[in-house]
Amino acid sequence: MNRSDYHIKSYCRIRDGKISKDGELLFSDASEEFPAFIKAAYKHFETDYSKFFKMDNLSKLAFMGAEVLLRGNDEENTALILSNRASSLDTDRKHQAAISNPKGGFASPAVFVYTLPNICMGEISIRHKLYSENSFFIFAEFNPHLLSNYTNDLLETGKAKEVLCGWVDYDKEKYDAFLYVIGKKGLLAHNTEGLTKLYRTK
Amino acid sequence: MSELKQELKEKIIEQLNLEDVSVDEIANNDPLFGEGLGLDSIDALELIVMLDKDYGIRLADPKEGRKIFESIDTMAAYIEANRSN
Repeated sequence: MNRSDYHIKSYCRIRDGKISKDGELLFSDASEEFPAFIKAAYKHFETDYSKFFKMDNLSKLAFMGAEVLLRGNDEENTALILSNRASSLDTDRKHQAAISNPKGGFASPAVFVYTLPNICMGEISIRHKLYSENSFFIFAEFNPHLLSNYTNDLLETGKAKEVLCGWVDYDKEKYDAFLYVIGKKGLLAHNTEGLTKLYRTK
Repeated sequence: MSELKQELKEKIIEQLNLEDVSVDEIANNDPLFGEGLGLDSIDALELIVMLDKDYGIRLADPKEGRKIFESIDTMAAYIEANRSN
């Protein structure tokens, strides 16, 4: 049980080739592979940010979720609290393969810079000019209780006016993002039951 | 030299994921950083690795890169003068 005075302003889901916002399907693509899907999404939303193509898959996933939720939102005091299961394992494997190549392995800067899961929060912060607190947690599964407690604390103590929060996981071409913005006013009450229900909604 | 410049443009586009840029769009004297191609500090590191891996040139001081990576012209001239591969 977790109650607060805050609300879910908006939420976004990215999985199975689909991107939805507040329960409404905004984009779908039949590409089976994530890179083709997310590139198609980038073009669909007319995103103008060439650095997107340099990002790793986890950052692209988080970036696109934030793009759907924060475009047009000029609240710079938005904190970020993200979480996932696989950390940056997808990129860690690429880095490992690059440095252990027997035919002259080397560390590619463009790869190893993404061998931390919280790098995606830096990408979001740069894009949306956020100067806020941020944290990235590794959980076995989506943990609405801890996320909502942390979010409420940031809002109650005035450390942030809004919080972009949620789950963004990428591993072995499987991806799942459930991101939401918490503020004083919004669509739905902010509590663990509501978050669990939204996360489980297909 | 012109073959080397063409090769550099292709490598830069491929290795730095410049998806929206074609070889024809990069002039030999275009600035690579800042208002030119818009490369950043990570790209600079990637270019330093490329010099070492593909041309056998190891930069002792990364600050050297500022002049070397000004444009395709300056990169090609430096590689021609210093390459061991």
